Amino acid sequence: MQKEKENNKFVREVADEKYKYGFTTQVDTDIIPKGLNEDVIRLISAKKQEPDWLLQFRLDAYRYWLTLEMPRWAHLDIPDIDFQDISYYADPLAGKKNRPGSMDEVDPELVKTFNKLGIPLEEQMALSGVAVDAVMDSVSVKTTFKETLMDKGIIFCSISEAVRQHPDLVRQYLGSVVSSRDNFFAALNSAVFSDGSFVYIPKGVRCPMELSTYFRINAAETGQFERTLIIADDDSYVSYLEGCTAPMRDSNQLHAAIVEIYVHDRAEVKYSTVQNWYPGDKDGKGGIYNFVTKRGLCKGVASKLSWTQVETGSAITWKYPSCVLAGDDSQAEFYSVAVTNNYQQADTGTKMIHLGRNTKSTIISKGISAGRSQNSYRGLVRVSPKADNVRNYSQCDSLLLGDKCGAHTFPYMDIHNDTAVVEHEATTSKISEEQLFYCNQRGISTEDAIGLIVNGYAKEVVNKLPMEFAVEAQKLLQISLEGSVG
Amino acid sequence: MNMLEIKDLHASVNGKEILKGINLTVKPGEVHAIMGPNGSGKSTLSSVIVGNPAFEVTKGSMTFNGKDLSQLSPEERSREGLFLSFQYPVEIPGVSMVNFMRAAVNEHRKYKGLPALTASEFLRLMRDKRKVVELDNKLANRSVNEGFSGGEKKKNEIFQMAMLEPCLSILDETDSGLDIDALRIVADGVNKLKTPETSVIVITHYQRLLDYIKPDIVHVLYKGRIVKTAGPELALELEEKGYDWIKKELGE
Repeated sequence: MQKEKENNKFVREVADEKYKYGFTTQVDTDIIPKGLNEDVIRLISAKKQEPDWLLQFRLDAYRYWLTLEMPRWAHLDIPDIDFQDISYYADPLAGKKNRPGSMDEVDPELVKTFNKLGIPLEEQMALSGVAVDAVMDSVSVKTTFKETLMDKGIIFCSISEAVRQHPDLVRQYLGSVVSSRDNFFAALNSAVFSDGSFVYIPKGVRCPMELSTYFRINAAETGQFERTLIIADDDSYVSYLEGCTAPMRDSNQLHAAIVEIYVHDRAEVKYSTVQNWYPGDKDGKGGIYNFVTKRGLCKGVASKLSWTQVETGSAITWKYPSCVLAGDDSQAEFYSVAVTNNYQQADTGTKMIHLGRNTKSTIISKGISAGRSQNSYRGLVRVSPKADNVRNYSQCDSLLLGDKCGAHTFPYMDIHNDTAVVEHEATTSKISEEQLFYCNQRGISTEDAIGLIVNGYAKEVVNKLPMEFAVEAQKLLQISLEGSVG
Repeated sequence: MNMLEIKDLHASVNGKEILKGINLTVKPGEVHAIMGPNGSGKSTLSSVIVGNPAFEVTKGSMTFNGKDLSQLSPEERSREGLFLSFQYPVEIPGVSMVNFMRAAVNEHRKYKGLPALTASEFLRLMRDKRKVVELDNKLANRSVNEGFSGGEKKKNEIFQMAMLEPCLSILDETDSGLDIDALRIVADGVNKLKTPETSVIVITHYQRLLDYIKPDIVHVLYKGRIVKTAGPELALELEEKGYDWIKKELGE
């Protein structure tokens, strides 16, 4: 009796639990008609006043995409996607004659949206010490601190602006890490990518603040295809963070991004993601399809790249932030927490491709599955014949809540050099009713107990995030799992 | 007023009735011992009092300081001042004792309308209370019960009791698995925490714990019912003669 009452209480709480970021913004948005063909690509390119080489890059990718089929190898149940039923470009700034130069020129509704999300666009809020590029639908709304950064020679702007202001840099690096022929979604993104962030850190410069991009899908029935390109020149350092949210909608929305990172000699890049796209409701209706290609190239000697991700959102996640360790003595890290609840599905992990000598990689993956969700880790460690003295350590842990969810691990190893030392550890554990009751008996509610246990479990990864985001990520982990145990 | 009042309590687990009409009254300041052969329902009784959802109450009533326990969730019962020292404390990997206790103490404070303790206030409180059971500092920094020896787990239970200052503590076979030194430390800890207003229910098989924690009243639980209640001399008699004479009295 008592137990049933408790169950009902939790069910009610889940039903009442709203996705906090699920509001929409009323702004005039210029959305091009649904459908995908060469004319649409020409239209996007024209709207963005792009040079001809970029249009050709897009068309080449599109023609290649037409020859491809949707990948089906992941442990995901992906419904058919009608790529002609999506609008590929939505511009919330359409009402403005010029792109905004100062805050006064940005639509106040947009500023309100980002303030609601806790993203300060006013540079007066310099105390937060984070430079932000805010991207709504297909367009970068505003980049903060641009001038301050420029003094150090750092370029941080939207990729559209980079195409106009720094065409040689963009042309040199675009597609150099993730080729437009890499995979189905990479080809699609290369054909239709809209906006995203561009970062260039010059030789010997340590970026004095966190750089951050905030992605927001607002318009209905549009896809978001952003593209991020980060270049760290010799001996430079940058820490970069991306955050993502979307309104609650009944239909699924497609998000297919590319992130490319190019790391030169002795440079270091830290890339952190807090991904909280709308995951769909408790019955699995709606939510974002998150099909993303992220890769970094440690090209330089002793270069370093670190991926940290906290993934709580999206209906379906297909994402493998990877590193190519080409430079001798280069290092790469992948720290991940992926949470799935209700009917969410995630197939995520990393690839560490060791090409250089004395290269080192670390993989720490923590999966948390609840409800009826499916959570898979998929990782590849490859050591090429010439890569002597490679070291890799992989640890994949799975935590289960309840008995209707699934956790899966698919580690692949492809080792062609006898000097490599590759270690793999994996654990699976479950939050037991005894543990929860023990917490209850000490006065801690079940929700808070799950929060304590999950945050303890994910600590190793969350601690890698910049301070202010670590706190946010901890709250997010707890909220994502609310109502998952009755 | 009675602190705990249990009337005609019936409870079952997986449809099997374990408790078949328990009547028990505990007044402020009293120490009760509950003894009885294995499988008589002692641990079930303690679980039901603190609201373990694995057990179903099918009949009867329980009030605690005048409040109907059936209306309170397990965490609310805790915040009202009910504490159970578990027979088998569970391990919670990844959750440090510090974070665990801080969450618990602050939930209790919130319930009483008190502000949360600051980090330094809390650490000072932990340091003071650790002394009650001579709990090693390094255990406080480990995950809850993880890698603790049997004795350390039981000390840790009494440490938590010290932190939460309950008005009724139930010690479920806290003496099991303890060597004689650890038994004395744990029992001394319980006695130090005892005030004229607080009460204790000691569930045990053996007289030896009762040498340290002196009961006012001793009950024998048998087949889901309290079949005998007397003064502390009853525990000594049971130690000497076992339970057979009680079974005989019951006509078995």
